[in-house]
Amino acid sequence: MSHKYRYTLVVLAAVLAACGSQATLAPTTAPEPKVLRLATTTSTADSGLLDAILPQFESTCSCRVDVVAVGTGQALEIGGKGDADVVLVHSRKAEDTFVADEHARQRFDVMYNDFVIVGPKDDPAKAVPAATAKDAFKAIESAQALFASRGDKSGTHSKELSIWSSLGITPTQDMKWYNALGQGMGETLIFADEQRAYTLTDRGTYLSMKDKLPNLAILVGGDNLAENTDKSLLNPYGVMAVNPDTHPGVDFELAMRFVDWLLSPETQSLIGAYGVDKFGQPLFYPGTGD
Amino acid sequence: MEIDDILRALSDPALAEIVALTLRVTGAALLISTLIGVPLGALLGLGRFPGRRLVRLLLYTGMGLPPVVVGLFVYVLLSRSGPLGPLSWLFTPSAMIAAQTVIAFPLVAGLTMSAVASVDPALRQQVFALGATRWQISRAVLREARVGVTAAVVAAFGGVISEVGAVMLVGGNIAGQTRVLTTAIVLHTRQGDFALAMALGVILLALALLANVLLLRLQGKSQA
Repeated sequence: MSHKYRYTLVVLAAVLAACGSQATLAPTTAPEPKVLRLATTTSTADSGLLDAILPQFESTCSCRVDVVAVGTGQALEIGGKGDADVVLVHSRKAEDTFVADEHARQRFDVMYNDFVIVGPKDDPAKAVPAATAKDAFKAIESAQALFASRGDKSGTHSKELSIWSSLGITPTQDMKWYNALGQGMGETLIFADEQRAYTLTDRGTYLSMKDKLPNLAILVGGDNLAENTDKSLLNPYGVMAVNPDTHPGVDFELAMRFVDWLLSPETQSLIGAYGVDKFGQPLFYPGTGD
Repeated sequence: MEIDDILRALSDPALAEIVALTLRVTGAALLISTLIGVPLGALLGLGRFPGRRLVRLLLYTGMGLPPVVVGLFVYVLLSRSGPLGPLSWLFTPSAMIAAQTVIAFPLVAGLTMSAVASVDPALRQQVFALGATRWQISRAVLREARVGVTAAVVAAFGGVISEVGAVMLVGGNIAGQTRVLTTAIVLHTRQGDFALAMALGVILLALALLANVLLLRLQGKSQA
């Protein structure tokens, strides 16, 4: 075996060993802080809200919050298996089922924002005069205009399906104009922008991505929550600590500390202030919205 | 998107952390796969024993395992309501290492097996005739097959470092904890941050390229 070859092999082995040992040793070299695992929706993470408020909780609890950002359906699935300590989601019906199934003892209102319908600026389906989501969806359906659905059991997806069902429509794959993407809000908005499609989105994600979506405009929902003519588009978020009786592995005490902190007047005002400087309006409003 | 944007994104401090974690996870998975896979591959390539054909079949199937299915299985195993729940590994780097090991191990073992099996049988007889022990014969054959064995490790490296489905499922793409290059690319593409996604992609490509340059160097050396 040539010396150079042997040398390269030794270096390779050393690199591998270094990589491996670092991975296994890392937890012991630094004292591991307590970890709260939060399963939440992409909207709270992608909007930047959690990045803005979580450091404050992490310093008061001297713990670390691990955020798993997925759709509401998946977040509840993670919580329902005991793989998260607390869930922050937005799908009222699914949340009530979560509590009824004893995955959580109680649900708390945290904040709300609203959904809007966005679509191509020239509005080929003539959805604009519609004052409600229902009328707009009707116009989209009768024009057979391209529609992008999250299709991922997220809170936004279940809201969209409830609007279709109020029209007596059940979207199927046979509808060529209806695209169930199975993707997050960001991907769905980018799809709508590229393919000239309509979609239902939470206002926060749309605002935070607006400059990357040159071909889209809000067609139903107005410029801010107060101007939204359809009150059924309100989008409440709830928080639930996972029930330690059914899922013994969770850190219930830390989860409840998080819930209390989230509902405290200080955090609530932080939530209400987030995004005002950048977007001229809050992305989330504290409280219940009722 | 300008080149400037990509360059600016390359200096993002979070990026170094993501690269470090990527190398840590993939390095650990590769180390484990190599430690188990190379001896096993050598044994299968050299030895004759009952059930060898079955093990080979399983190994070849393992080389083609869809990573996302591996991710799903590891997820179900490691979930707190799964059989390995007490480990509390789900959504930690340990889970990602486990998934990547399951993907990389059959590659390392299978390719090592092929490399060892293709060594000229005359060599073994020669070494045996010189009075070598079984252990010495194995070493001689492994040395002869070294390029193939290294190729196995490099192929496994390329396979797992560029894999996204399994690590996304079992790691959860947690910022600063389980976010690696591939899952970060998915996240930033989803959010429309194409410059940052591109910067991450460039790094991933560079790492894959580096691995292959190393492999080519080794092959060149052995032929010289």
